Amino acid sequence: MIGAAGTILRKDLRLELRTKESVPAMTLFTLTVYVLFHFGLDRDSLDGELASGVLWVTLLLAAVIGVSRLFAAEREQGGIDGLLLAPVDRTSLFLAKSAALFLFLVAVEVVALPAFGLLLLGPGLGGALPELLAILVLGDLGIAAVGALVAALAAETRARELIAPLLLLPLLVPVLIACAQATEPLLRQTQGPEDLGRWLGLLTLYDVVFVLLSVAVFDYLLED
Amino acid sequence: MPALPLDEAGKYVAGAYVVFLTLVVVYVAILGAKIARIDRELTELASEDDE
Amino acid sequence: MYSKGFKPLAAATVVALATAMALVFFYAPLDADQGFVQKIFYVHVPMAIVSLCGFVAGGIMAILYLRSGDSSWDMRSYVAIHISIILGVGVLATGAIWARASWGHWWVWDEPVLVSFLVVVLLYCVYYPLRFSIEDPERQARYSSVFAIAAGAFVPLNFAAVRMAEAYTHPRVLSQTGGNLPGEMRLTFLVSLLAMALLFVTLWKLELISKHASMQLKRLRKRLDARVAA
Repeated sequence: MIGAAGTILRKDLRLELRTKESVPAMTLFTLTVYVLFHFGLDRDSLDGELASGVLWVTLLLAAVIGVSRLFAAEREQGGIDGLLLAPVDRTSLFLAKSAALFLFLVAVEVVALPAFGLLLLGPGLGGALPELLAILVLGDLGIAAVGALVAALAAETRARELIAPLLLLPLLVPVLIACAQATEPLLRQTQGPEDLGRWLGLLTLYDVVFVLLSVAVFDYLLED
Repeated sequence: MPALPLDEAGKYVAGAYVVFLTLVVVYVAILGAKIARIDRELTELASEDDE
Repeated sequence: MYSKGFKPLAAATVVALATAMALVFFYAPLDADQGFVQKIFYVHVPMAIVSLCGFVAGGIMAILYLRSGDSSWDMRSYVAIHISIILGVGVLATGAIWARASWGHWWVWDEPVLVSFLVVVLLYCVYYPLRFSIEDPERQARYSSVFAIAAGAFVPLNFAAVRMAEAYTHPRVLSQTGGNLPGEMRLTFLVSLLAMALLFVTLWKLELISKHASMQLKRLRKRLDARVAA
């Protein structure tokens, strides 16, 4: 099962490296939204809860783009049927797709985080970097698991592009709450984590619930 | 905010309960109409069958 | 199939609702801080609790559908979710009225119940377009069930997250749903909760009866047409 997942993941990563369809778009989108926030909020620098909010909302919106493209390759080449004919169980498909989305998000953050520090953040990023990374990893995990589930759920409907964001964003509200609350004290002028444990705990619970749920339920999707 | 005087508060409380009862009544009415229609069509169907 | 025991259930619901209303307005004492406005609590909070349970129940019924393939479970899940959404809208409406009467604004972000429900209702509103954009009935049921399960698991997580966040930004001034209700208020609340739960089950059964009858009618008509054509 891990082997099959690995194969699908490698295929997706190779495809992304070749066609460069998802990650550059998501990254460009993120940077553009930072600029929009500068004009919209009329602020040169943000800190604390405003910074945390802008950072996370932008990331969620970028994730929406990633999710809508997640099964695009399969759809466009009629590949989903090919995948399903092969003796690949849906769990491997879920693991591969959510791992791909996770890696895409990480790739976006590698650029977006320094850009955020440069463009919008008042205090520096370096102060609480390990904690920030922990929040990012757990948050991205949740987004990846739910994102893959929503992508599959919306894959068969006619109004796919509309339904995916409308499903994804409310489902990610707990992730947004936990990440924004946890990140906020890290982005203040006087930095230092506060109650990080409880927010990381909530994120972990969310991740565990949705990974297990998606693994259990994915078999019933994308069947024909 | 200090508690509203009884007459003003009464309007809000009444409003809330009216919202609740309206939801229930409208729902039951729609379902009742649906069931009545099904009943009618059933008797029609039974009479067609007898012919 | 579903009409068994409906009449006594409906009767019990009417009695429970009437009793609850009587208790609310003639038995429960007036709240010291909020005054008469606090009476909204006896309709707002039971609606919220029953609605949340209804969403979770819809998820559980969806699991049963996926495991058994019996489409009557899917119908039960759909109706449970459908009624819970209507109650959810009621929660938002009564909550807004309560907010306006208590704090002067039609919306407040300090009330975790109200805020959670905004997110939950926004999510479940997508249930209908998702469901009805899939034409094949078996696939429609399957995908709706997956949604119902994911959303059902989401509801308690969301409530916990919102509550945790509110505890930070807005320390809870109003803890009406806590265990610190005086005796008469607690009894009134419990009776109201029971009445709301009975109402949910009654409406759920009623809609299932209607749907089942409509399906049987369609089947009968098809058979009759086939016989006439032969």
